[in-house]
Amino acid sequence: MANKRVVIDPITRIEGHLRIEVEVDDNNVIQKAYSTATLWRGLETIVKNRDPRDAGFLMQRICGVCTFSHYRAGIEAVEDALGIIPPLNAKLTRTLMNQALFMHDHVVHFYHLHGLDWVDVVSALDANPAKASKEAFKYTDLPIATGEDELKAVKTRVKEFVQRGQLGPFANAYWGHKTYRFTPEQNLILLSHYLKALEVQRDLAKLMALFGGKQPHPQSLTVGGVTCVMDLLDPSRMGEYLTLFKKGAEFIERAYSADVLMAADVYKDEASVTSKAAVMNFMSHQSMQLGRNEHLFDAGIILNGDLTQVHEVNEDLITEEATHAWYSDNEPLHPYDGKTNPNYTGMKAMKTVGANGEMVDSKVIDEKGKYTWIKSPRYDGKAMEVGPLSSILISYAKGNKRIVPLVDAFLKKSGLPLEALFSTLGRTAARMIQAQAIAKHGLETFNNLIENLKVDQETYSSYKIDQDKEYKGRFIGDVPRGMLSHWIRIKNGVVENYQAVVPSTWNAGPVDANGVYGPYEANLVGLKVQDISQPLEIIRVIHSFDPCIACAVHVMDTKGNDLGTYKVEHSFRKVC
Amino acid sequence: MKDNNLYEKLSLRLLELEKLPGLKNNENIKSHLDKNGVSRRDFMKWAGAMTATLGLSANFTPLVAKAATLSDKLPIIWLHMAECTGCSESLLRTDAPTIDSLIFDYISLEYHETLMAAAGWQAEHNLEHAIETHKGKYILMVEGGIPSGNNSFYLTVGGHGNTGETIAQNASEHAAAIFAIGTCSAFGGVQAAHPNPTGAVALSKVTNKTVINVPGCPPSEKNIVGTLFHYILYGTLPALDAYNRPKWAYGLRVHDLCERRGRFDAGEFVEEFGDEGAKKGYCLYKVGCKGPYTFNNCGKNRFNSHTSWPIQAGHGCIGCSEPDFWDKMGPFEEPVANRLFNTPFNGLGADATADKIGVGLLTATGIGIAAHAMISKFKNPKSDEE
Repeated sequence: MANKRVVIDPITRIEGHLRIEVEVDDNNVIQKAYSTATLWRGLETIVKNRDPRDAGFLMQRICGVCTFSHYRAGIEAVEDALGIIPPLNAKLTRTLMNQALFMHDHVVHFYHLHGLDWVDVVSALDANPAKASKEAFKYTDLPIATGEDELKAVKTRVKEFVQRGQLGPFANAYWGHKTYRFTPEQNLILLSHYLKALEVQRDLAKLMALFGGKQPHPQSLTVGGVTCVMDLLDPSRMGEYLTLFKKGAEFIERAYSADVLMAADVYKDEASVTSKAAVMNFMSHQSMQLGRNEHLFDAGIILNGDLTQVHEVNEDLITEEATHAWYSDNEPLHPYDGKTNPNYTGMKAMKTVGANGEMVDSKVIDEKGKYTWIKSPRYDGKAMEVGPLSSILISYAKGNKRIVPLVDAFLKKSGLPLEALFSTLGRTAARMIQAQAIAKHGLETFNNLIENLKVDQETYSSYKIDQDKEYKGRFIGDVPRGMLSHWIRIKNGVVENYQAVVPSTWNAGPVDANGVYGPYEANLVGLKVQDISQPLEIIRVIHSFDPCIACAVHVMDTKGNDLGTYKVEHSFRKVC
Repeated sequence: MKDNNLYEKLSLRLLELEKLPGLKNNENIKSHLDKNGVSRRDFMKWAGAMTATLGLSANFTPLVAKAATLSDKLPIIWLHMAECTGCSESLLRTDAPTIDSLIFDYISLEYHETLMAAAGWQAEHNLEHAIETHKGKYILMVEGGIPSGNNSFYLTVGGHGNTGETIAQNASEHAAAIFAIGTCSAFGGVQAAHPNPTGAVALSKVTNKTVINVPGCPPSEKNIVGTLFHYILYGTLPALDAYNRPKWAYGLRVHDLCERRGRFDAGEFVEEFGDEGAKKGYCLYKVGCKGPYTFNNCGKNRFNSHTSWPIQAGHGCIGCSEPDFWDKMGPFEEPVANRLFNTPFNGLGADATADKIGVGLLTATGIGIAAHAMISKFKNPKSDEE
């Protein structure tokens, strides 16, 4: 029989508008997969001809979830172009805000976005709270929010919720699905942490707001430094940071780490969690500046899963192409040469598998033509996976002294071999390890900042934009979803060209002209789905990447100017 | 309107709400609160804070508390259009003891793509089901601008490939009240900034029904939740300004509520970021603060449970709750008087005067105050009545 088409749109519990289409054979094994972004906003067109100092504010609005990443990238791309080196205080303050973002983002992702792919809320109603309370000690000596009384209260609360028949955000999900593996007790523990994490995320947002003015969309960076000098010089404010940081770190250590360990233990024989990553090339950039010259996470490239060799990133080899994206120019181009003219070719009518397994009228994308607003970024012609898994694998392969012990500890406690990290589970675990690393080492940045403030109160470097000069520069770094780069050209004192190549573009992009799949699509092919009307396995795999689709959808230079003559500098501007 | 009349009116409104069939079999929320370990004291503390946020006097607190306990009767549909999810994130920051879980439990959040467990067809069915079941009774909250008309294909959602515009129109059609959450939904937002490559527009441009705008990029969690409770209390639309913003939240300028206002009046300005003035908390006008032209309560309520706000963090206001602020307020780090764009109110006078005072007559305190008092007259709110 012919393959059946399955459409999943909207993919919920992500940032942005994502559609996944797959074709399954008679055994429900995915033969083909298509990843489609269904929204285009055009921010890189909008930023043109504006004051470069506004670029950070505008680009920040790419995403309210990675609400610091694009802000900093926009500001630092301009700093790079103008040759500005901000004072150490400013750099470390930016790291403190970045740490808040990572901790916030990863906690919210695991509990509120990805969590319901693992946790059967309805099953938790059958749990024995006393038994669950004991269970929590299996994965940590000091569990949070899992006392018998607390679990009983959570159970009662959810039970009433279900009995009233108004499940609100929990309505109509895939409860009871066969690939849910947790016991009722384990589900109850995670449900309790789901609620607790709602409180913790609020504190971690405050952590950023202390020096950011607000979160989402903080407002205390400026080209040349930071503006929150009063907060930095206020010891009570620093004390607040310390307190909230510790609160977040404690939750990461006592709940998040334990829960991922539990998931690794229970799900290690579930195919949708353990199937091997399909794109075995990983790329990351160094990030999280701890002091004058040290970063927590390393840069590099791993090819074909070979951890014995980490290659350096050569920025000249980055290209994007649009053979299957809704833009009219197809050829692969370096971000400095990018061309983009939107060219929407629409969808077509077709019967696909409906909510009850019946065939229903729907629209499908034209897989042979163009089918998404996301381009295909490639490194030296290769598809790359970016994200916490890349960052952790590369740091590990490089022997990073802060990361190696955390990875080894996870592998030892879970009883998994290193190869097990190259999977959906690995992606989820690596994100937790990244949060753990920040929780454990982030205060090095804080302490270094305090030390420096004793002798130096500078927060801003002066500069001037010469109207007659042309500038170019870029930011490259690793953000919660992976490697991010922003590229800017400035002419006549205004932005002449601007491009962002973002993590979710690397992961969610369509197949390229050579038939090379991006990570989302590649990781779905070969996956067996138990019940195609309830494609939980697909969602589980996609969520492991933490999709951020508004970020991924962007435009480049609409005029197609020749920008190729600019030489790209290799080393990311080093500290002071 | 006098306090007494208002009190009576609210009481009647609550009586009406009580008579509505409960979504949850008329279960009493107070009993849930008790069971869930939310103490009466914590709850009243929150109600008190919310009462103040709404600009009501303290004797209204019991009514606000009662309104909160009735809110489970109100289904909420939240749609994502062309947006960045920042407004949803802001909603999640809702504060006071356990209030996020309170909201989570007691407002029936029927559709919200960032939070809901269902996906794909099941998610689409949730939306259809909510509109059908709660026709004329649900509150619609929309986040994001809307690519419309010939450009509507820039956003599609769901297996049927419907455009965002169609979905928003359909949901608006049957809503009891419509709130445009955030500057994108209220005014088109960042994607509608020049040259607006996707033809994005405000929600109010694609529906004929009244839209209450709750702008901000994003609006504070207080303004989002406060707007909801305002509706629950009044049962009618709140008093709105010329841009359909609730006056309780957007009635005063950032400048009016600014902690650095004294510095402005005294002529003490930050001349450059990081200077001595910055360390002392001088006024940020000369490094581009748009507080004199921006109507919002940021300085009063702040963000993230009163943690901070941009001006406390040393950066000027960028005017994010005003229409077209991306085009009219930039460059954000230069005073309005120094830039080429049109003023937000087309040079109606008050802001131009503020510029002269800010840049020129730095210590002309008297004139400054007079000028700032003027601007609200130009705003010409639609109605002062409830």
